[in-house]
Amino acid sequence: MAPSNLQSRSTSLLPSVWGWLRRNLFSTWYNSLLTLISVWVVYQGGRGLWVWMFTQAQWTVLQVNLRLFLIGRFPIEQIWRVWLVAVIVAAVASFTAGIIQLNRRAVIGVGVITVAGLGIVPLVGGQVPEILWVLAMGGIVIMNLLLGPRYATYLPKRLLSQGLPLLWLLTLFVVLWLLSGGWGLSSIETNVWQGLLLTLLTAVISIGLSFPLGVLLALGRRSSLPVVRALSILYIEVVRGLPLIGILFIAGVMLPLILPSQIRMDDVLRAICGLTLFSAAYLAENVRGGLQSIPSGQIEAAQALGLSPVLVLGLIVLPQALRSVIPAIVGQFIGLFKDTSLLSLIGLVELTGISRSILSQPRFIGRHGEVYLFIGLLYWLFCYLMSQASRRLERQLGVKGH
Amino acid sequence: MSATNPIIVATDVQKWYEAFHVLQGVNLTVERQEVVVLMGPSGSGKSTFIRTLNALEDYQQGQIIIDGMELFPDLGNIEAIRREVGMVFQQFNLFPHLTVLQNITLAPIWVRRWPRPRAQEMAMQLLERVDILEQAHKYPGQLSGGQQQRVAIARALAMQPKIMLFDEPTSALDPEMVKEVLEVMRSLAESGMTMVVVTHEVGFAREVAHRILLMDQGKVVETAPPEQFFQNPQETRTKLFLSQIL
Repeated sequence: MAPSNLQSRSTSLLPSVWGWLRRNLFSTWYNSLLTLISVWVVYQGGRGLWVWMFTQAQWTVLQVNLRLFLIGRFPIEQIWRVWLVAVIVAAVASFTAGIIQLNRRAVIGVGVITVAGLGIVPLVGGQVPEILWVLAMGGIVIMNLLLGPRYATYLPKRLLSQGLPLLWLLTLFVVLWLLSGGWGLSSIETNVWQGLLLTLLTAVISIGLSFPLGVLLALGRRSSLPVVRALSILYIEVVRGLPLIGILFIAGVMLPLILPSQIRMDDVLRAICGLTLFSAAYLAENVRGGLQSIPSGQIEAAQALGLSPVLVLGLIVLPQALRSVIPAIVGQFIGLFKDTSLLSLIGLVELTGISRSILSQPRFIGRHGEVYLFIGLLYWLFCYLMSQASRRLERQLGVKGH
Repeated sequence: MSATNPIIVATDVQKWYEAFHVLQGVNLTVERQEVVVLMGPSGSGKSTFIRTLNALEDYQQGQIIIDGMELFPDLGNIEAIRREVGMVFQQFNLFPHLTVLQNITLAPIWVRRWPRPRAQEMAMQLLERVDILEQAHKYPGQLSGGQQQRVAIARALAMQPKIMLFDEPTSALDPEMVKEVLEVMRSLAESGMTMVVVTHEVGFAREVAHRILLMDQGKVVETAPPEQFFQNPQETRTKLFLSQIL
């Protein structure tokens, strides 16, 4: 290895580039042909996009409506609450990342992207308070990431492992309180929760709720009690046989008709119910796959030690089963995140909904390309973050030596 | 050895898998500190029988009394009995997502409710006893088969059981690792542990067992001390079996 390495380094750069091309793109005549065709296709497509982006597209639609995209018609005088939410979430997220020592580079990358993304706010006409919010957020994130390893050494490990989920739960409640008001804050109707804010809220809550429900359904499907098993199978098979949009219509339109009139469920809550119930059925099947992969010897060994059925499940079966299906579960969550776009069809103004309403303003008619490219990027960004987090989680939890 | 206070009394244990009559009335009485070896051809029911002793298998007829507690097929005393009966499996069955130390401390912490430091201290003593102290923080997948089986023995001992069951503990091991596991079992027997062992290891049976049982077709065919079992078997079935394995 070493001599040839030296040799290639001693020759000029050009031949090695040419060699790489030869090896990877032009190794045979049909590979050469495929390469040429691919280059032509990419060139044609890329040129069209390039020309459109820099000559025809009018990006002012994004600049003017940036606040609408992000938070919709949230009352402007209460906007500090959204900023506070952003700062809290960024602080807790970076604290978590610092402690469990996620890939530092990835975290810093995400931090930079987020802060830079929010940095647009001042650029597109933000005022002094907004710039201060962004600075505060950036400061806290950077501090947490730098000090994370130190938190991990000074705070007891058990406190952290049990405290972090609680911290996140607390964060969720604080966020919901800040956004909806009550207890000293003026209350805000959920119908002004819009844009990316609503997308993130519905997705995060639905993901958080559908996970335990999915696990319960999977366990129910494998239960030895015939009634529990039959009900679980019935639920899973019925829900998996229905389109999500149908379930959302039932939740959004039919439920008010079915329920007695004094019970009035909030629109957002109904949407979250629909998403959760839908996603849980798919999750249950993923988790079931994991449960089936646990050899019976594992359960016997745990039983032989005198562990009760609950402990066998919680300490031996579920940790191994869930670990083995992390990719499938995260895939399901990514799907759920994108499925929130269907909420625009039942009257919720989340990211896709607000885009539709922006596009119907007379000033911006026909600016579909710009708007959908932009929100597409936003969806992609969050999905990509989830898939990165999943890969990290897999590596960190990976059963070693297997 | 006085025969006054047996720790295992199994009387006429019968079990069917559907129409297949696996256990056809097995009787076994084990005294405290006794080492009993079960031998027999595959399919004779010896593994099934040893697994009824800690209720991993149920049985349809007969009676099993462990340390004075009757083992009812579906009553709540199963976990109480399992706490007193340790088991070592052919395939080790260590928990792959936990370290060696966590494998051993799991049951003491969650079942016996011991504080973690105490459980860990005892685990380290056990690891020293089975001679793999230095592997405490590795995962099972990083150990050899012999090491894994020794961890499995330590894990069962961590519950401080009164009885240890071994279900072909060396059958899945490479030949060069059999000895290290048998050594651990031998020293365990010398420490006075009550043991019921299903094995094909003739040397171990000859030197360590107090009694050897031959099972065939769901029945105990012959029971004898090792010397008589190997030198002067009474039953023709035993003679046939010995001629096949010796």
